[in-house]
Amino acid sequence: MSLALSEEQELLRNTAREFIAEHSPVKELRRLRDTNDPVGFSRELWGQMAELGWAGIVLPEEYGGADLGWAELGVVLEECGRTLAATPFVSTLLLAANALLLAGNGTQKKDLLAAVAKGQTVLAFALQEGAHHAPYQVATTAVATKDGYQLTGKKTFVQDGHVADQLVVVARTAGKPGDRDGLSLFLVPKHARGLGVQRTTMVDGRNAANVELAGVEVDKSAVVGTLGRGAEVLDPVLDRATIGFSAELLGTITEAFERTIAYLKTRKQFGVPIGSFQALKHRAAEMFTQVELSRSIVLDALRAIDEKRPDVPALASIAKARVSDAAHLVGNEAVQMHGGIGVTDEEEIGLFLKRARVAELTLGDAAYHRARFASLAGF
Amino acid sequence: MPPDLSTSPPAAYDIAPRRTGVLVPVPPKETSVENLDTFRAEVAKWLEENCPASMRKPMTSEDEANWGGRRKQYTNPDEKLWLDRMAARGFTCPTWPKEYGGGGLSNAEARVLAEEMRKLRARQPLVSFGITMLGPVLLEYGNEEQKREHLPKIVRGEIRWCQGYSEPGAGSDLAGLQTRAEDKGDHYLVNGQKIWTSYANYADWIFCLVRTDTNAPKHDGISFILFDMETPGVSVSPIKLISGSSPFCQTFFQDVKVPKKNLVGKTNGGWTIAKRLLQHEREMIGGMGFGLGGSGGGASIEQLAKDYCGDDAGRIADPIVRFEVAQHLMDQRCFMTTVRRSAEEAKAGQGPGAASSMFKLYGTEMNKRRYELLVRILGSQALGWEGQGFSPRELSTTREWLRSKGNSIEGGTSEVQLNIIAKRVLGLPD
Repeated sequence: MSLALSEEQELLRNTAREFIAEHSPVKELRRLRDTNDPVGFSRELWGQMAELGWAGIVLPEEYGGADLGWAELGVVLEECGRTLAATPFVSTLLLAANALLLAGNGTQKKDLLAAVAKGQTVLAFALQEGAHHAPYQVATTAVATKDGYQLTGKKTFVQDGHVADQLVVVARTAGKPGDRDGLSLFLVPKHARGLGVQRTTMVDGRNAANVELAGVEVDKSAVVGTLGRGAEVLDPVLDRATIGFSAELLGTITEAFERTIAYLKTRKQFGVPIGSFQALKHRAAEMFTQVELSRSIVLDALRAIDEKRPDVPALASIAKARVSDAAHLVGNEAVQMHGGIGVTDEEEIGLFLKRARVAELTLGDAAYHRARFASLAGF
Repeated sequence: MPPDLSTSPPAAYDIAPRRTGVLVPVPPKETSVENLDTFRAEVAKWLEENCPASMRKPMTSEDEANWGGRRKQYTNPDEKLWLDRMAARGFTCPTWPKEYGGGGLSNAEARVLAEEMRKLRARQPLVSFGITMLGPVLLEYGNEEQKREHLPKIVRGEIRWCQGYSEPGAGSDLAGLQTRAEDKGDHYLVNGQKIWTSYANYADWIFCLVRTDTNAPKHDGISFILFDMETPGVSVSPIKLISGSSPFCQTFFQDVKVPKKNLVGKTNGGWTIAKRLLQHEREMIGGMGFGLGGSGGGASIEQLAKDYCGDDAGRIADPIVRFEVAQHLMDQRCFMTTVRRSAEEAKAGQGPGAASSMFKLYGTEMNKRRYELLVRILGSQALGWEGQGFSPRELSTTREWLRSKGNSIEGGTSEVQLNIIAKRVLGLPD
């Protein structure tokens, strides 16, 4: 599949860009933040996105999805990233629905995927436990009871956890933290007894939560996939989600970069545009190179999912590492090159830095993915 | 041999209308998938029948590449056979028109040819500056007689070309060149000196930038001429580099008579041609696989790291080296994918654009990082100069590490590439 956008993809991009510019410009994120919006995103906007077919864009038609590819999903996510649009794409579609699609039983899929595609259900994916992404470092336990399982443990950095109707929880039915074996996935409804969800206020104004499972009881039908072999679901889900999320981050850094270039052309000091100074030109050109490399690898990784290529796991790590490094550079340089205005809350560029840093750490930072790539490559 | 930027054309593309990518335009010719499959089958069969066995082994050093030319001595008759067979089909210059000896292939077909050659591990039958630099500009700017005279000889590897660009006083400021060509009626009289002339000591002909008007603004008095290196008054002196090799020369011209028909394009119109050729040069340097291989095949960089830095249950024992190897392999993948993307995004009929600067910049900087990493991995075994105590690979790593320092200088320094990206891609003001 060509890395160039097809006509249909360009059309989708233009539609997405216009829609998002109108309904979710950067100031919408600011509004959500400044009003302490209890949901953290606009349910109305998410409903409209569902009507456009985006909420279930990669889900099969039988569940009400659009049955398009990850290349198309990436187009939409990139546009969302450009305006820092707050949506439950990552929590609901990329992570939880994706897990259900890959491993859920007939009932789970039927009940939840159609509701996701309609924009009626928000899901969350409760995996991380420490300060860093480490998928097998799961201490949360699931102990068999007479009718099902009892879940005990603590989760953190759970996107949209406080507004999710159901959570997909990764717990351990065997082994010890760090083991790949012995993980299991469970569906936990938001009103389950013993489930405590506490929203955490993040620097980027986007949703996250701490989740406590204090002996939460679920029945056997809550298991997603095969007991003790959750990693077989977790790995491909994380690969895909990481690639999709990289597309969103790509949009964010592309926008921050372009805003910075525009600023270099208009801001004058010493009677000339500051973009005429070679010290800034060279740094701008370095950023350009990083953004272009990021774009190539994200586009290839999205297509690798659609083509069912065996290098999806490696590409997920290459893409996330590259985009994370680029986000680090662009976020910092964007603020520096905007000068004093760049460190004010009023100027939007600071919001890009904040989002870039949170996104850099979400689903594994560059260091995590370099190490993972090395392991995958056998060194 | 980099361009002065002061008269570069206005930003070819601005950042304002958002675009999905960089552009290295390649003229696309429509070739249906069906026809490609037929072509692939035919070319695979032909290669299998025509590529001699000894030409299916990877080269162990850069010296084994066949640059052709009048003075080429063939020690292996297969090398000559392989060149002649490929040249007869125009496959040494696959996308050039057939009327000038080329293969007349579409870009898609040329890719298929390259893929099928890779499958056989077939060597490039010919490498030359005629193929990568002069040919493309002759096709664009040369007159019919010049194309018919020079292009077929490039295809067949009969004439080896060198590039007369840089001068002692004209490096990054290339347009400041001083080599004079005086109009003497039926010929030019050329006097001056070039430097960094790659392989001038082996070359048969030179494409050369000369000043034909000393009063005009510096960019407007330059012409692009061609002449035989055996013309009386031409002399060459190799320059020894820090790596110990001498790929570059000083080239002197004293009252060299050049026929007027050897002017390409218009008198004083050479700068346009010069810049276009530099784009092709950057593409060649950026795309020649810098940082992608090197050190003459053999063990991979990750295997070397295990061998020299320790193997901890299948992992490179030194965590920092492991980190750097991973980073390098990821950079390579991102770079190759970007080269591929720019070709796929290319629009019809455009010459190579400013993105060639990005490839030149990134490819050469990546190659330098690769050699720094190799030296770090091989430790003191990569610091031997000659003689006992070092394997051939270790000794070649030392030399290649030093040679790589020139990559980001030749063909326009990295700093010049950054200038070009800032100006022509990002549209930043002077």
